[in-house]
Amino acid sequence: MTMSIKVRYFASLKESVGRSEDDLEFAGLSTVSDVWHCANPKQALPDNVLAAVNMDYVELSHKVNDGDEVAFFPPVTGG
Amino acid sequence: MAIKVCPAALDPWHELQAYQNSAKDMAGKFGATSIFIGTMRDFNEGDDVKGMTLEHYPGMTEKQLEKIVAEAQQLWPVLDVLVVHRVGNILPNEPIVLVAVWTSHRGDAFDASRYIMEALKSKAPFWKKELLKSQDERWVVKNTDGYKQL
Repeated sequence: MTMSIKVRYFASLKESVGRSEDDLEFAGLSTVSDVWHCANPKQALPDNVLAAVNMDYVELSHKVNDGDEVAFFPPVTGG
Repeated sequence: MAIKVCPAALDPWHELQAYQNSAKDMAGKFGATSIFIGTMRDFNEGDDVKGMTLEHYPGMTEKQLEKIVAEAQQLWPVLDVLVVHRVGNILPNEPIVLVAVWTSHRGDAFDASRYIMEALKSKAPFWKKELLKSQDERWVVKNTDGYKQL
């Protein structure tokens, strides 16, 4: 089944991938890690990257569902 | 409880007074208010800093802050909480964040505000990019440790 996933990037990761978001229409997406590799086939996932699905933190092995918003970003530095 | 992301100049004293005046339910109930205000420095990591841009993830920021406040409310008998955080372009000496906690007794106010602030630093999706006096820009990559080993 083809899934629609919105992918978002923030801060230094947004600069290194060169865009703020992707809209993926792809069959065979299973995990958050798969989403990264589909959207960024030529770029390895940085070691310290954090991931969120629908605005909650998840592990990279978290399963994705059709319509999910998946975000990748570096460690946070607010406050 | 209120959580605000603030794209314009933040006056924490005004925010605090306005919120406390509007929170009629806790009038007469609170004996302690713990207030933390974070302000931008003009130095970091040995360099002079002349400005900063604070990026955030709209929606996730509010969701994570609400979770953090809910956790604090589970752990301590908190009467009310106000969290306000700046985003956008900030100059040295401008406030970045306000965390205020109202409780009946001081221990809970100190502990809950500390918890909220430390959790905000590690979980709320904000990112700082500094503009140095040298005109170089750099992303802040890590926070300093909030707990000193005594």
